[in-house]
Amino acid sequence: MDAFTQLNGLVAPLDRANVDTDQIIPKQYLKSIKRTGFGDYLFDAWRFLDQGTIGMTPNERQLNREFALNLPKYQGASILIARDNFGCGSSREHAVWALKEFGFRAVLAPSFADIFFGNCFKNGVLPIILPADVLDGFFERAASGLQLSIDLQAQTVTDGEQAHGFEIDSALKEKMLKGMDDIDLTLAEAQLIRDFEVGHRQRQPWLFRD
Amino acid sequence: MSSEPKTLYDKIWAAHEVGRRADGNSLLYIDLQLLHEVTSPQAFEGLQLADRPLWRVDANLATPDHNVPTSGRELGFAGITDEVALEQVVTLDKNCKAFGVQQFEILDPRQGIVHVVGPEQGATMPGMTVVCGDSHTSTHGAFAALAQGIGTSEVEHVMATQCLVQNKAKNFAVNVTGALTDGVTAKDLVLAIIGRLGTAEATGHTIEYRGEAIRQLSMEGRMTLCNMSIEAGARAGLVAVDDTTISYLHGRPFAPKGEQWNQAEDYWRTLVSDEEAVFDASITIDASAVAPQVSWGTSPEMVAGIDEQVPDPAEMSDAVQAESTGLALKYMDLSAHQKITDIAISRVFIGSCTNARIEDLRSAAAQIRGGKVSPNVTEALVVPGSGLVKAQAEAEGLAEQFTQAGFQWRSAGCSMCLGMNPDQLGEGEHCASTSNRNFEGRQGYGGRTHLVSPAMAAAAAIHGRFVDIRDDQQGEG
Ligand code: SF4
Repeated sequence: MDAFTQLNGLVAPLDRANVDTDQIIPKQYLKSIKRTGFGDYLFDAWRFLDQGTIGMTPNERQLNREFALNLPKYQGASILIARDNFGCGSSREHAVWALKEFGFRAVLAPSFADIFFGNCFKNGVLPIILPADVLDGFFERAASGLQLSIDLQAQTVTDGEQAHGFEIDSALKEKMLKGMDDIDLTLAEAQLIRDFEVGHRQRQPWLFRD
Repeated sequence: MSSEPKTLYDKIWAAHEVGRRADGNSLLYIDLQLLHEVTSPQAFEGLQLADRPLWRVDANLATPDHNVPTSGRELGFAGITDEVALEQVVTLDKNCKAFGVQQFEILDPRQGIVHVVGPEQGATMPGMTVVCGDSHTSTHGAFAALAQGIGTSEVEHVMATQCLVQNKAKNFAVNVTGALTDGVTAKDLVLAIIGRLGTAEATGHTIEYRGEAIRQLSMEGRMTLCNMSIEAGARAGLVAVDDTTISYLHGRPFAPKGEQWNQAEDYWRTLVSDEEAVFDASITIDASAVAPQVSWGTSPEMVAGIDEQVPDPAEMSDAVQAESTGLALKYMDLSAHQKITDIAISRVFIGSCTNARIEDLRSAAAQIRGGKVSPNVTEALVVPGSGLVKAQAEAEGLAEQFTQAGFQWRSAGCSMCLGMNPDQLGEGEHCASTSNRNFEGRQGYGGRTHLVSPAMAAAAAIHGRFVDIRDDQQGEG
């Protein structure tokens, strides 16, 4: 997984509460056998005016020119600002895969749905919880090209003049800073697992077929 | 302290805890991962992208089940007309070959629903930890194995590390006293338990099913019971080891042989909760009071006895419950106080990982008694849980009984348990189904599912409505 230490990036606003994972990536795209290829369908029903099917490229689609993410000034944004309860609904990890592939590395909101929040950390996307009034300020300034600097080590989001602190679980922070995904983290304990396995095989040899 | 009394769950957990992290999570060693075509492709792809090997090839076992059509099986891949489904099944095949994982492929007689196949092969053994990217993995708990459904990232995690990162759950005891009466099965028992518990009561817990009635259940019945633990919100369900468990396993292909069998049996016999063990929560159910159950709503807790009526939301004191009941009745097109025996059905599905084992098919066939599928029933499917169950049912003459009565006899797979293959319930149709979920649209868009036992489903097929098979047995049907 990519490490997350600092991020300087352009902000794109998504001014809605309770954005659910079905809106982030609709279910007709889940039939894929891949973990990639979902970025083109991020917020599909909002970004496009026509109904898409898996395999279609954005060029073939009818763009909704009014939707924020389609406005020229937000192209290349890597930070998404959102409202309460972002990522609610089904547990599909495809929602995070789609956001990341589209280019977002951080999502800032006053609150997140549980499973989505956990899924972010499995994929190197940093969800940051900020007070609603701080986000109100960001939403006001987003239209004029807001750039934010996120420093995970210092736990701050800086908007040029002012630094806003945020809270994060220390184990999750460590994982993101080192760029370790859950598998890397566990593989760091590979020797422990191997040692356990030796004893396990002695105690219950019938569990091993090799 | 090792002298502290332990529950069965505590014992299995302790035997697999590799270590505990500073953040309170444990590394839990996994003995067996079952794979099917829907939730494994991204995990295999993740491994390949990161250039990681499978930690233990021999700890994985695969079979396609969700997407495979139940007719035209002899055509193999060519029988799958849905391109997306075909790609998933072919991808599973490719991945298993690339990684060396044992697979019961589409034309193998051992292919079937992953939760039927594992136990049938003896691959699920007592004291094991079992995972699968599928919530009904809880089925394997019937063998005193800690069996849990997991998400795609976790599937990949287990592939790469043989471990899960997890917090220990709490212990929940479901005590079932007395004995089930004639015509009442494990399916009716588990529906009655969920009706009592609700769908969230056991969240964060592992259930252990205990008591006289559980000891009397066959392994098939115990699997049906544990299968639906997830519907009560539990992570897993367990039944302690006894003679029934041991004799079921003896001689199965994956089970240990010779001296190793004796060693295994000695260990397996310790897999019971200590007498003084403390459970965090418990309920007690009298098995002798359980009637055949029929679900009337859109959640598994919305069930009633066959001799009861559809409830009336107006009589409910809880506003939330009244509202959800009202919505369910609307979706199901049922009215308050309607007798359960007055619900007409037009489709029947006997199958799924809940009820597609040989014993289920025997008990369904026993209800036919020379009758024919009602003209009001447009399709009655019987879908064995595995190719081996199919072969056995054919050898026992069950298949013939079904087809002569007008049932369709199919090949093994998930079939109409969920609408992911050609077997789908039509809009507005009422279906007597032996599966485990009656969610809106689960069996097909707009379909209306009634969860019942195999015997109740077969009787419903003959009568075109639900009947009390206890009366039927007295000749009043
Ligand atoms: S039979 Fe139904 S519940 Fe069981 S694994 Fe298949 S789809 Fe899931």
